Amino acid sequence: MLTINNINVNYGSIRAIKDVSFQVHQGEIVTLIGANGAGKTTILHTISGLLRAQSGEIIFKDQTVSSTEPHQLLKMGMAHVPEGRRVFSQMSVLENLELGAYTRKNKKEIEENISKVFERFPRLKERKKQLAGTLSGGEQQMLAMGRALMSKPKLLLLDEPSMGLAPILVKEIFNIIQEINQTGTTILLVEQNAHMALSIAHRAYVLETGKIVMEGKAESLLGNEQVKKAYLG
Amino acid sequence: MTFLQQLINGLHVGSIYALIALGYTMVYGIIKLINFAHGDIMMLGAFTAFMTLTTFQLPIGVVLLITIIFCAIAGMLIERIAYKPLRNAPRISALITAIGVSFALENLFLILFGASSKPFPYHINLPPLSIGPLQITWITIITLLLSVGIMLMLDFFIKKTKIGKAMRAVSEDEDAAQLMGINTSTTISITFAIGSALGGVGGVLYSIAYPQIQPYMGVMPGLKAFIAAVLGGIGIMPGAMLGGFLMGIIESLTKGYISTLWSDAIVFGILILVLLIKPTGILGKNIREKV
Ligand SMILES: Nc1ncnc2c1ncn2[C@@H]1O[C@H](COP(=O)(O)OP(=O)(O)OP(=O)(O)O)[C@@H](O)[C@H]1O
Ligand SMILES: [Mg+2]
Repeated sequence: MLTINNINVNYGSIRAIKDVSFQVHQGEIVTLIGANGAGKTTILHTISGLLRAQSGEIIFKDQTVSSTEPHQLLKMGMAHVPEGRRVFSQMSVLENLELGAYTRKNKKEIEENISKVFERFPRLKERKKQLAGTLSGGEQQMLAMGRALMSKPKLLLLDEPSMGLAPILVKEIFNIIQEINQTGTTILLVEQNAHMALSIAHRAYVLETGKIVMEGKAESLLGNEQVKKAYLG
Repeated sequence: MTFLQQLINGLHVGSIYALIALGYTMVYGIIKLINFAHGDIMMLGAFTAFMTLTTFQLPIGVVLLITIIFCAIAGMLIERIAYKPLRNAPRISALITAIGVSFALENLFLILFGASSKPFPYHINLPPLSIGPLQITWITIITLLLSVGIMLMLDFFIKKTKIGKAMRAVSEDEDAAQLMGINTSTTISITFAIGSALGGVGGVLYSIAYPQIQPYMGVMPGLKAFIAAVLGGIGIMPGAMLGGFLMGIIESLTKGYISTLWSDAIVFGILILVLLIKPTGILGKNIREKV
């Protein structure tokens, strides 16, 4: 589904991502874990085209997309829920969801999709007329995810969905991520909350200052002493 | 002249400022650029109408349509050629470029048409409408109806249509908008087209109200419309409309009751005062981000 080959990403003269390679296969949940500033967000931005790699290659659904525009990637089936949710705060919940379906034409299907999102996130339904900026952090996260689902993605990139949420809400969000995966969406999940991420993922990569330092099955990383010490407290 | 009469005159010129101010505020909203060439787009609109009226003697409705299309295309071209390459440059570079574009347009028209004023060849030969002691000219009525009509249409467009929603999304968060599949370049182009079309209509209406046109005619109304946009809260569309009408009314009242000579100084003074009290403008929000 997604293959990253030896990408390097710079901010000005500073290299934030060094020679990173990894794959996400169809149907998987793959997680990329790492501490603050490891470069997780930078990698996701590079995949979705908001940033460009200096070198290396990104292949999505057998096509090289290293210089494809973000809006075209979305049409190809890649959706990205950015760090900090980035909902359109001056617009209503419903308008945010409609924007998620921006590239789709069939009004009836869009309506059905909105109902599905409301089924998955009943709290959004109650607040559909409310401005997104007035939602709580957890509700905004649900909206950001619901909005991304409106494009019917094949691959969903999630950047720290648990950030700033109460433990019980984190659990709810991670359950939903699993459900989304079970309905056929491949997921690349970026997290600092390594424990939660590893407990739902199939495979994982550990990122440290822009380099991948470890990879493997999620369960085995969950039991790994080094990972335990560094990320699981 | 009575107070009411002054007020109507103020609404007349204010509705034109509002149209032009909308162009400033829409462009600012989407790419955070004060498009200093916008006043010259208004001049471009006036000259387009002048040419189509004198050379082809077309009816005013057609003239207006041609002006709208011409200014929209000009606005998109300016954005593509002058501003787009600077999208990631420091903001001051784009601002200086905008001033450059303004000079370029003014000088181009100076070469094409010369510096002398030309009478704008459109008149309405109907007697003014009398309501009691009030005399309302048909030009005032048509200007008000047309500009309010356009503003209502624009409001609907921005709120309800897909492109309008895309414009709001790009204004609020360009990256997030891209992630929704919105082509931001196209959206920015459309914003320039609409803003410039409004400027062009403003230019035609202004030329009908003050029927002398010359290459620098856009400078003063452009500046006032810009101030109107800032007064209302730059980047906020209802703010531009409110600011435009206020500007026109204040100007008309100062001219009527204080001094014609000092009216501009007083109008600019008011801007300074408002901004000292509320730097984000009348409808501007002080707190934007929730932490
Ligand atoms: N716009 C930028 N300009 C310069 N440096 C940046 C920029 N954005 C990120 N960086 C740097 O790149 C590195 C990686 O940042 P990134 O945001 O990708 O980390 P992250 O793993 O997502 O961290 P967090 O968990 O805190 O979100 C950091 O050292 C950061 O300071
Ligand atoms: Mg991050």
